[in-house]
Amino acid sequence: MATALESSATLLDQLTDGQTTSLRLTQDCLDRIAAHDTAIGAFLHVDSEPALAAAAAIDRRREAGEPLGLLAGLPVAVKDVLATRGQPTTCASRMLQGWVPPYDAHVVERLRRADAVLIGKTNMDEFAMGSTTENSAFGPTRTPWRLDCAAGGSSGGSAAAVAAGMAPLAVGSDTGGSIRQPASFCGVVGLKPTYGRVSRYGLVAFASSLDQVGPFSGDVRGAALLLEVLADHDPRDATCADEPVPAYRDQLERPLDALRVGICRDHFTEGLDKDVDEAVEAAIDVYRRLGAEIHDIQLPHARFAVACYYLVAPSEASSNLARYDGVHYGARSDDYDGLVDMYCRSRGEAFGAEVKRRIMLGTYALSAGYYDAFYLKAQKVRRLIQQDYQQAFTSVDVIASPVAPTPAIPLGSLVSDPLQMYLADTYTISANLAGLPGLSLPAGFSDDGRPIGLQLLAPPFQESRLLQAAAMHERETQWHLRRPPLAEDSS
Amino acid sequence: MSDSSQAEPLVPELTRDVVLKVARLARLHLAESEVESFTSQLTQILDYVGVLDEADTEGVEPVAGAMGLNSVLREDLPTTSLSRDDALSGAPHHDGSYFLVPPILDPRAE
Amino acid sequence: MTAPCSPATTIIGLEVHVQLLTETKIFCGCLNRFNPEEPNVQTCPVCLGLPGALPVMNRRALELAIRAGLALSGTIAGTTKWDRKQYYYPDLPKAYQISQFDLPFCDGGWMDVDDADDGDETQASRIRLIRVHLEEDAGKNLHDETQRGRDSRIDLNRAGTPLLEIVSEPDLRSAAQSRRYLEEMRLLMVYLGVSDCNMQEGSLRCDANINLELVNDDGVAIRTPIVEIKNLNSFRGVEAALEYEIGRQRQEFAECGGVYADSEKQTRGWDADRGVTFAQRGKEDAADYRYFPDPDLVPVQIAAEWIEELRTGLCELPAARRQRLVDDLKLSRYDASVIIDQGRDLADYFEAVAQRCGDPKWAANWVTQDVLRELNDRGQAIGDFAIDADGLAAILARIASGDLTTRSAREVFTALLDDDPEGEQVTVEARIDEIISDRGLATIADSGALEPLIDAVIERNPQAAADFRGGKQAAIGKLIGEVMREAKGADPQSVRAALIERLSS
Repeated sequence: MATALESSATLLDQLTDGQTTSLRLTQDCLDRIAAHDTAIGAFLHVDSEPALAAAAAIDRRREAGEPLGLLAGLPVAVKDVLATRGQPTTCASRMLQGWVPPYDAHVVERLRRADAVLIGKTNMDEFAMGSTTENSAFGPTRTPWRLDCAAGGSSGGSAAAVAAGMAPLAVGSDTGGSIRQPASFCGVVGLKPTYGRVSRYGLVAFASSLDQVGPFSGDVRGAALLLEVLADHDPRDATCADEPVPAYRDQLERPLDALRVGICRDHFTEGLDKDVDEAVEAAIDVYRRLGAEIHDIQLPHARFAVACYYLVAPSEASSNLARYDGVHYGARSDDYDGLVDMYCRSRGEAFGAEVKRRIMLGTYALSAGYYDAFYLKAQKVRRLIQQDYQQAFTSVDVIASPVAPTPAIPLGSLVSDPLQMYLADTYTISANLAGLPGLSLPAGFSDDGRPIGLQLLAPPFQESRLLQAAAMHERETQWHLRRPPLAEDSS
Repeated sequence: MSDSSQAEPLVPELTRDVVLKVARLARLHLAESEVESFTSQLTQILDYVGVLDEADTEGVEPVAGAMGLNSVLREDLPTTSLSRDDALSGAPHHDGSYFLVPPILDPRAE
Repeated sequence: MTAPCSPATTIIGLEVHVQLLTETKIFCGCLNRFNPEEPNVQTCPVCLGLPGALPVMNRRALELAIRAGLALSGTIAGTTKWDRKQYYYPDLPKAYQISQFDLPFCDGGWMDVDDADDGDETQASRIRLIRVHLEEDAGKNLHDETQRGRDSRIDLNRAGTPLLEIVSEPDLRSAAQSRRYLEEMRLLMVYLGVSDCNMQEGSLRCDANINLELVNDDGVAIRTPIVEIKNLNSFRGVEAALEYEIGRQRQEFAECGGVYADSEKQTRGWDADRGVTFAQRGKEDAADYRYFPDPDLVPVQIAAEWIEELRTGLCELPAARRQRLVDDLKLSRYDASVIIDQGRDLADYFEAVAQRCGDPKWAANWVTQDVLRELNDRGQAIGDFAIDADGLAAILARIASGDLTTRSAREVFTALLDDDPEGEQVTVEARIDEIISDRGLATIADSGALEPLIDAVIERNPQAAADFRGGKQAAIGKLIGEVMREAKGADPQSVRAALIERLSS
């Protein structure tokens, strides 16, 4: 019996019915990890013993008839960018290698209270900077569909874990597409909530005004379930909204009547892979068949989005990463001469190239004389981009687009060309700049079997609408039921 | 890097000297090869982001504060602090009571 | 060496940092307590700057800040925000300090500082402020001065304490005036309950910027390079450091003729032991703080209603209260200052006494002398004092009504002080009555009652009586003393008068 490859809804039913136990489920996940993770590289830390103990404890409570949280013993993998008390949190960096936080992130507290089994921490691009997980200090993550291709980034590990059946659900973070793009590359559902929907307390900051935590799942319902657990108001995060959290799963069965889907054709770049183009067109056709109206929309400032992002994000990152100085936590160099040299060597040695590059870019952009021309200017352009979407959403309900210009890219192909890598973020980045919720859902495959995702965006705090629209497509196409060959091997 | 505000540069010149100064500000020790590669890569990126100059932002308010939230304040109520052990737990160098660093000789930068 | 040039204009600006009296830190719920004995026990992920931690502004810190701004006559902004001030120092765990850059909560303002104490007619100088802003404090570094090369130690208990930075215009003109400015600032903050301004504990810190304008040999007015003096940790130290620096700058000017190789602002430390300022190791480059708005904190709208509520809720400020004591209660400026300087509680006590006994000057005498002396001797605050305002007023009322002489009143005062607080619950009036009767302190109002005693004393002291009659005025002293010993409640003036009358008849 395939275990974590089943949907979370199915698994919950099986747990309730007694057809399986959390312990067995957790053990299955651990077995799959043991069997496949050397090849895939999804996990940085597997918390076997505590996870099994937690699972057993939940089973006992279930048997005793005690009420259980929403996740009721389901294993959940957590991107190594979130603080987990008792489990290392490395952000895939040598800077935090071996760091065990003395506290839990807010969402981790929520997961524990929901009776999730925290099975381990997943691989990522170092400090969430990157689009392939090749920037991890501890090796890349490969998409389970093609082991010579990247899982995407920066939440590659979480996406791959779900795709490979190593956990039915996973948590990632998205600053410029870091949930949606790996979801696309791994053929799973990944959702970035509205900025402020989910608490960032305990999320190691990359770009504070762009970061959001979100769910990965094999299907839309699972994403909805996990989002219900993650979202709430946290007074420890001043940027976290005090908005009621809908029961996202409740509405999923109901299609959206008279759905208006917006497409910005101008935005579809020249570099768009033909398979991706076809898959996205096919997805749009699905909506047409389901009675949706397809509208052309304009996003006049979309061409500035990448530039805007690559000023705002590195600027904030340069500041957020300044604290890694080898004093209070983190790596300290063994070889230095005095305090300043200690800072410089510790950081120089422990940070990878992409991280250093962005710190340099951000430091420069914020330095004396340049603030107005760079950061301030970018924040103004950002307002224009937000306004583009506000305008577009007056005539459409959701906006559809590709997630990435290509399917999963071969390992090593973009690492040496940072600017090219940045340009590939073109479809996902605007959602972060505008604070909009967005998701990627499986929408087909390339000719050579690599998954392709469709991106949907909705107005702020309209995750329900997003999930409903996604569910419509999912019911119609069933792409989400396909499994990577590797995963099927184990069953 | 002077303190006075300069006129908006179209494509700021990123010389090696500037790169080293920025690295110093960022407390990053760069290997020689990094200095070279960063100089060219950063120049390329800055060149690209210069496209923002084409955006008309006259009278446009910069985005500030998350999604229009404002005035988030908390009450002056105590919460449990970390134990000292927990507070020191990540420190590369400590003596059980204090964080330890090489002797601080320079005055505070401010 | 040429003689120092004169006259000089001294130009001083002070930057004062004041820790706020909140229960918790500015961005987290750790206790805001001075605790050097137990390092690193008042910390949490937020004030440690752990990866993933986030700040949330303490409403009470903002409230106290606004009160201070209002009391300093500053303009409170309708919208304010916080910015990251980025630099590296081991006691700054995030490698940035959350401060305020271009939109501080308070703009402008001023404080009046009395010119030198010369009696009741005093001029005051208005020292203008540039701004007041709210920021977080860093932790504490402990250098090991004894051993070279030994690690420095960091205690982050203090990191995240809410801090008010009050920046003055360079309007101060002397070291003494600067000290008075600090004292007045401290008084104001203490009155408002904003801070306890204890320089020893670091809840008030001060940096000074000073330069001089001097005239060179050609008659050209030249300004010396500005010197910032840091590490000042007492009011006396501030004054001494500034005096020293004035002398040093004059000397330097005389030596170089007003021609400076480097006119950049210099930073100097104050060595209190040797009484000198010393150049600090040069910073490598001028600090580039790369200010930008902190994306973790949202801007705060300060509602006009809130500002008004805080403004009307301000206590009477010390300067105004001091003036009122002089103008309305007719106290000397000196007495008014003594009372005000002791803080609100004592000033409240004094005014209660003054009102109840009807004689502010008397009340002032007793409060500034007897009460303060006892408080000092006993190390007490007025709140713990055994005699409350009603009690003291009652004593003073007895003097006014003639029931007690001043001398006897003092004895009653002392007796009340030694009262057992757990003792019988009687009214203070009743207690005073008790003491008076126990010790026979009642004034003998009826001088007739004194007559037999006077006669008896004159009879017992024939020599003294004779001496007096013979013209030796001083001889009466012995007789007065003897009468007083036996009739404690007697008023010395009346006794003297009665004796003189008796002896003359």
